[in-house]
Parts: sequence; C-alpha cells; structure tokens
Amino acid sequence: MSRARVLDTVDEAVAGIEDGSTVLVGGFGFAGMPFDLIDGLIRQGATGLTIVSNNAGNGDVGLAALLKAGRVRKVVCSFPRQSDSHVFDGLYRAGKIDLEVVPQGNLAERMRAAGAGIGAFYCPTGVGTPLAEGKETRTIDGRVHVLEYPIKGDVALIAAHRADALGNLVYRKTARNFGPVMAAAATTTIVQVGAVVPAGGLDPEAVVTPGIYVDRVVRAEERHYTVQGAR
Amino acid sequence: MSLSTDELAAVVARDIPAGSYVNLGIGRPTKVADHLPDGSGIVLHTENGMLNMGPAATGGAVDPDLTNAGKVPVTELPGASYFHHADSFAMMRGGHLDVCVLGAFQVSAAGDLANWHTGEPDAIPAVGGAMDLAIGAKQVFVMMTLFDKRGRSKLVPACTYPLTGVGCVSRVYTDVAVIDVGPDGAAVRETFGVTLDELRERLPVPVEAA
Repeated sequence: MSRARVLDTVDEAVAGIEDGSTVLVGGFGFAGMPFDLIDGLIRQGATGLTIVSNNAGNGDVGLAALLKAGRVRKVVCSFPRQSDSHVFDGLYRAGKIDLEVVPQGNLAERMRAAGAGIGAFYCPTGVGTPLAEGKETRTIDGRVHVLEYPIKGDVALIAAHRADALGNLVYRKTARNFGPVMAAAATTTIVQVGAVVPAGGLDPEAVVTPGIYVDRVVRAEERHYTVQGAR
Repeated sequence: MSLSTDELAAVVARDIPAGSYVNLGIGRPTKVADHLPDGSGIVLHTENGMLNMGPAATGGAVDPDLTNAGKVPVTELPGASYFHHADSFAMMRGGHLDVCVLGAFQVSAAGDLANWHTGEPDAIPAVGGAMDLAIGAKQVFVMMTLFDKRGRSKLVPACTYPLTGVGCVSRVYTDVAVIDVGPDGAAVRETFGVTLDELRERLPVPVEAA
C-alpha cells in the first residue's frame, strides 16, 4: 500500500467510491462518527451501498442522513434499534433496506481478521442462538465454537483526533472504538481528523493506527452533536 | 417487601468481589455502579473501549468523545485506559472480565439467557455486545424482576424467546429472590418479602434452598 495522501477537501477525499461498495463506517453512536466524510459521500452520489457499522444511524445526521438519502441497500451492524434510529426503523419496516445483525464482538473481530489476513476463525459467541444458525461449528477444548468469516471493506470512513503527514493516527477517548480495526480492514481507508501535524509531530509510542493502513486524510472541523440518552 | 431497583442494585454490588473487573449492561444493571463501595478497587469496563470508567458526566464534564455502552456521557477515573473494539471484546471473550451484569427477558433454570429479541414479527432485532458478554465473563449475573407485568415468571424451564447464550448465567438477582442457576438447576440464596414456599408456588421450575 502506498503512502497516505493528505487532501485539501472532503470531496477529494471521498472521490471514486463506487456504486455497490461495502463501506465500513466508524463510530459508536455519535462518538467517532465521520460526519464530514459521510456528508461528502452523500454529495459524491455512490448508491446501492452496504454499510458496516455498529449502529444504523442516530437522529438525522451522519449515517442516518446517508440512509435517508436512499443510498444504502444493506446494513451490517450489531445494534440498529435505538431511541433515535427513526430513519433506519422506517426504511426497515417499509422493506427498503436489508439488515444483518452481528454480535458486536464478532463484528469487530471479523473486521480485524480481514485486516490481518486471517481466512476465518472459530468463536464461541452466539452458539445455540439464531445468529449462529446454519454456521459450521467445531468443538475445541470441550467448548462449541462457530466459524466466522472476515468482513472486508472496499472503503473505510473513520474519524480520528490527529494525523501526521504519513497518515499515522491517534484517537480521543471512546471515539477510538472501531477506527483502528476498520482502518486495516478496507482496501481504501479514508480518515477525517481535527488536525494534521507534520511528520514527527506525533509521539511514535502513542500512535494507535500506523499510517500503512491509511490512504487518504482530510482535516475537518470537529463536530459534536448533542449526545443522545440511553437507548 | 420486594426490593426496589436501587435496593436490588445494592445487593448485586454487595456480591461483587473487591478488585474485580466488571461490565455492567445497559439499563437496570448500570445502577449497580452507584452502590459499589468506595475503595473496593472494582474496575468498570465498557465495551466501547474503556477500563476504569467513572460516573455519568454532567454539565461541563460532558464530552461527546467519552460515553458508555448506552451512549450516555461518562467520566474517566485515574488509571483509566482506552482501546479499540477488537481489544475490548478480546478482553471479554478471553475470560479476563470477572463479572458482567446483564438484564434479561428470560433465564432458564439451567442458565440459558434470552435478552436481545422478543421474536415478535415487527420487532427490529438488536444484539449489541450481549452475546459476547454472555459467553465471555467468568461470572454472568442477571438483574431483572422475577415476574413480568402480567405476572408470568421470567425464570423458566426453557426460554421461549430467542437465546443470547446457552448455560451462561450463574446467578439471577430479582426483586423477590436471588437464585443460582446452572447445570444443577435453580437454588434460592435469599428471598425478599416472600418465603421459599410462597416462591415455589409461583415458579414454573423446581427450586432448592442454596
């Protein structure tokens, strides 16, 4: 993978995303949601997308706005239904969007496996539940495990706190969530950050996502929406 | 008298060993945090990537980048750490968490858990981290009312709702009794406002005295 490019505008950063792409979208609720990249994707126009994210949109901004714009064919997530998931709920009940529910740990580990070149893995999560129905199982050390396959993205859209000129990333608090895992799991990883610093401007010991996983970086104003209440 | 949610949370908190790593599920179990004794050294884990989570944030302490699994703004305690989602769930699945406390729709006497989906046709399924937590923590406590609004027992011979995990629950904390569950069936540890015999009359599963 070639060195990350720091771009001037969000529109340049999201250029070339194709119809029908699988897009990994970072964030846990609003924390770590790449709002500007998603707005850029809406302007860019790609449609028929499969979105992989923890949730299926909150309120009317970010992922919810992309869903509302009719660009999403399928959502792969752990927790779609929340107090403010009205956009997704409406589309789902109208039969206009497909849903695949994946346990949150499997969602993370399946993307981790994709980024790490692991062909599949056996995991005890979900054994005996509807989410493991039809899946291959194996008993290891006396415990039943389910075979889980990687989830690879064509594109990852994530938010980080700071990047340097090589695309090394640091995050802030629980806004880190899926960012590091998604960065490695996609063919093209696009990151919005609050600031870009020169090479040498980040402590190498503190870098969380090394720049080898990052393709495009763009600075965006940090946007914070009112944090929603419990589900 | 049966226990209020806060009183029940205090009972759960009493039973968590000092120094434990603990995950508290969304909803009712969150209240356990309010009753952990000072100086217990209990470290709270939140699956969205943090250890040593502090109480809910208010006013100027609200930081949109710092929330719990219910997306409620929280605070960090000295010695807190942050990590990504795959690490967070590796902690659970890898058996590093001592206790998790979850809510439930139903628990079977053998310890099966149903807490993510009612199976109704118009319900949108949402599992979150429940299945990973259920099989990952060394001990899984459930905190729930023993009877639903129609008076039906939520401790059942076999769950009728879709399962979250098989044989994963070790103990059920309810407003009227604390009950161990598992391969040997249900055993009542203590009751609140009812006798064991009264409880037996209302439960669809045989219960022993622990």
